[in-house]
Amino acid sequence: MRERNTRFEMRFAGSGGQGVILCSIILAEAAFLAGKRVAQSQSYGPEARGGLCRAELVIDEKEITYPKVTQPNFLLALTQASLDKFGANTAEDALILMDKSLLEPDDLGSYNVVALPILHTASRVVGKPMTANIVAVGAINELMSIAPEEEMREAVKMHIPKGTEEINMLALSEGTKLGASAKWTVALP
Amino acid sequence: MTQAANPACKRRRALLQGNEAVVEGALTAGMRFFAGYPITPSTEIAEGCALKLPRVGGTFVQMEDELASMAAVIGASVAGVKSMTATSGPGFSLKQENIGYAALAEIPCVVVDVQRSGPSTGLPTSPSQGDYMQARWGTHGDHPAVAISPWSVQEAYLETIRCFNLSEKYRVPVILLMDEIVGHMREGIELLEPGEAEVFDRLTKSDPEQASLPYDIMPQERVPRITPFGEGVFYNITGLVHDNWGFPTNSPVKANRQCTRIMKKIEKNVSDIEKYETYKMEDAQVCVVSFGGTARSAMAAVEGARLEEYRVGLFRPVTVWPFPEAALSEICERVEHIVVAELNYGQMKLEVERIAAGRCQVHHIGKVNGTILKPREIYRAIQEVAR
Amino acid sequence: MASKLIQNYMREERLPHIWCAGCGHGILLRDVAQAVDDLGLAKKDVVIVSGIGCSSRAAGYMNMDTLHTTHGRAIAFATGIKLAKPRLKIIVITGDGDAAAIGGNHLIHAARRNIDMTVVVFNNNIYGMTGGQFSPTTPTGDYATTAPYGSIDPDFDIPKLAEAAGATYTARGTAYHVPQTVKLIRDAIAHEGFSLVECVSVCPTYYGRKNKKGDAVEMLKWQRDNAVPAAKAAQMPAEELAGKLVYGELSRCERPEYTKQYAKIIEAAGGVRA
Repeated sequence: MRERNTRFEMRFAGSGGQGVILCSIILAEAAFLAGKRVAQSQSYGPEARGGLCRAELVIDEKEITYPKVTQPNFLLALTQASLDKFGANTAEDALILMDKSLLEPDDLGSYNVVALPILHTASRVVGKPMTANIVAVGAINELMSIAPEEEMREAVKMHIPKGTEEINMLALSEGTKLGASAKWTVALP
Repeated sequence: MTQAANPACKRRRALLQGNEAVVEGALTAGMRFFAGYPITPSTEIAEGCALKLPRVGGTFVQMEDELASMAAVIGASVAGVKSMTATSGPGFSLKQENIGYAALAEIPCVVVDVQRSGPSTGLPTSPSQGDYMQARWGTHGDHPAVAISPWSVQEAYLETIRCFNLSEKYRVPVILLMDEIVGHMREGIELLEPGEAEVFDRLTKSDPEQASLPYDIMPQERVPRITPFGEGVFYNITGLVHDNWGFPTNSPVKANRQCTRIMKKIEKNVSDIEKYETYKMEDAQVCVVSFGGTARSAMAAVEGARLEEYRVGLFRPVTVWPFPEAALSEICERVEHIVVAELNYGQMKLEVERIAAGRCQVHHIGKVNGTILKPREIYRAIQEVAR
Repeated sequence: MASKLIQNYMREERLPHIWCAGCGHGILLRDVAQAVDDLGLAKKDVVIVSGIGCSSRAAGYMNMDTLHTTHGRAIAFATGIKLAKPRLKIIVITGDGDAAAIGGNHLIHAARRNIDMTVVVFNNNIYGMTGGQFSPTTPTGDYATTAPYGSIDPDFDIPKLAEAAGATYTARGTAYHVPQTVKLIRDAIAHEGFSLVECVSVCPTYYGRKNKKGDAVEMLKWQRDNAVPAAKAAQMPAEELAGKLVYGELSRCERPEYTKQYAKIIEAAGGVRA
């Protein structure tokens, strides 16, 4: 008899400097604090800024053998290039979260697509474009329930520079609001 | 076990990158000196040491090149301080000169090589296991080699401690043969409490007259006890073949004695040094041999193949040098096929073939394109041979 | 009977040394021992580090903690020792090829850091151990086994190189000028920071023979007759200095010393030196 599959694969894609790697690290930290097993990794080219950037996170209740993503159950895309490249390769019931400023390609791997104004919220509502990744963390956690609120806040605090707590907590709650606004439209994988 | 899971455990738990876990392990083992040179994908180790060593009264130095950082590490160890350096393929090539020095002069030190795709500058941010043979034969001349390859962040932490212990105990440079997969992966791990880790410190000689014969072996021992510099013992250390006083010699008798002893001190202690894991090998007809980060893919492939009723198991050397020969040899007696899965063109395969010596068929699945072996690729290789 | 100096500082059982008859290195080895003795340093606080080549065999003859390393790397090994145990006084004995060719990078970076150590370069203008190839200090036009038509390579002024890289004490001595050279090495060791003393040696076997410089006595006489003290040289026009050997203290300044600077880092990080 096969065991219940508890493995959940997430991919985060964007442009170098947008903070998608940190986004995946914070979610990994929160899931870990919540008692789950996690394996987080990333791949990137030589550019520190710009260039396609990809991070991966595997969450499981059981031991994780293969630590990389094969067919993600979740995809975050913050740039057109990253959506075009990774959008087609997802599980059929995956949740694809794209920034609202992007054009939706015809060949996405799943019909389960949410477009949220993550970049806009960071720059216009929170007031700092840099906080887009924390807005994304809030939205993702609201949609996917990766970790309880307390662990999530703790995880964010562990990975941001001292003195930026206030603005990042604002970003997290604005992200949570974005997630809540779309929750009814998606089927969770 | 690859990851920490139980939040109720009282040990300190942390989400760490493999490279960060190496720093934690080294500090736990008593490392108080690090010399390095920036190189992807090992740089986080240098960065971690720069931050954390001064907090414990230790020293970090960024040297002018890879050769110098290996030299400085040996210098610090000669002064009695546990020392480490970290690099990747191109830097590992450069360090070979002084790794040989440490092997011949018997200076304990730990060298981390976070392997990336080669040859030459290769693919700097991509994984590889192409330094497997370099870890054994990288420096010129016959020399002992101990190399350990962890498959998880937890193991990277624990095996770094063991690298220091082995290096102190046997007075050899020990290589932590990481790969980009483990080095850059973050996993939750448990850190040992202070005092909980087993830490071995190099032995010295209390009698000053004995101490001035640094390479004179005490009765019943194979490894010289060398007192650090600066203690008033006054002796010589050289990279030339030397006698028990540490002075150069051209005597074939003395040269043979020294060169044989540095090999034998490892050979005769393999049971203490070697480490490996097996999974579902009891009834296996096919054995997958894999190490480091690639063994994670191999494990997933074996699990998948078992669900399809394939009689397949995994043999994972943790010490990749010396290779756990006796254990694999016993397996070669009873399996029909071995599949060596590694991120190179077939380096560990050569060692497995040597051990198998024709008793079973040895196959290979590898990759040299900068991407990792996926479980389904190894699964297909299992299917192929089991058919 | 061996002198007190030899009894105290040499491993008599290792002598005689391997250097050729007439080689200047034996004189320079004694100069180093004399400088250590003059300063009254405890032998247990001194470490001698050397690289590879004729010069670097010096370490093995000295009865202290001695580290004979790999070719060119002596200064890098020495950096590790000094940082691990800052109380130790480090003397690096090296040669022109060891220090300025294969080890040139380590030389300039140790000078840049101003780490407290004294580098004594036994400069014989040739690779002696391998049989007479031209080195970075072989004068242009001179002959060597790898310069059978005369060397076209311009030569290094090692003290100038070190000074430009940041050394806070540089000097040049010769095999002939024993008391002066002892004093220069002594001042270098006493100086806190990176110091370098180039000691111009003589190699009658290879450099001298290849370039018709005469025997060892002739070569030492040349040093006697052509060496100009630095203070005097400063007053002389360039054309008069051509072909002369300027010796003495060449530069000196004060800059923060590297291990002292690192001690501040340990303090800032809240650590206590192990």
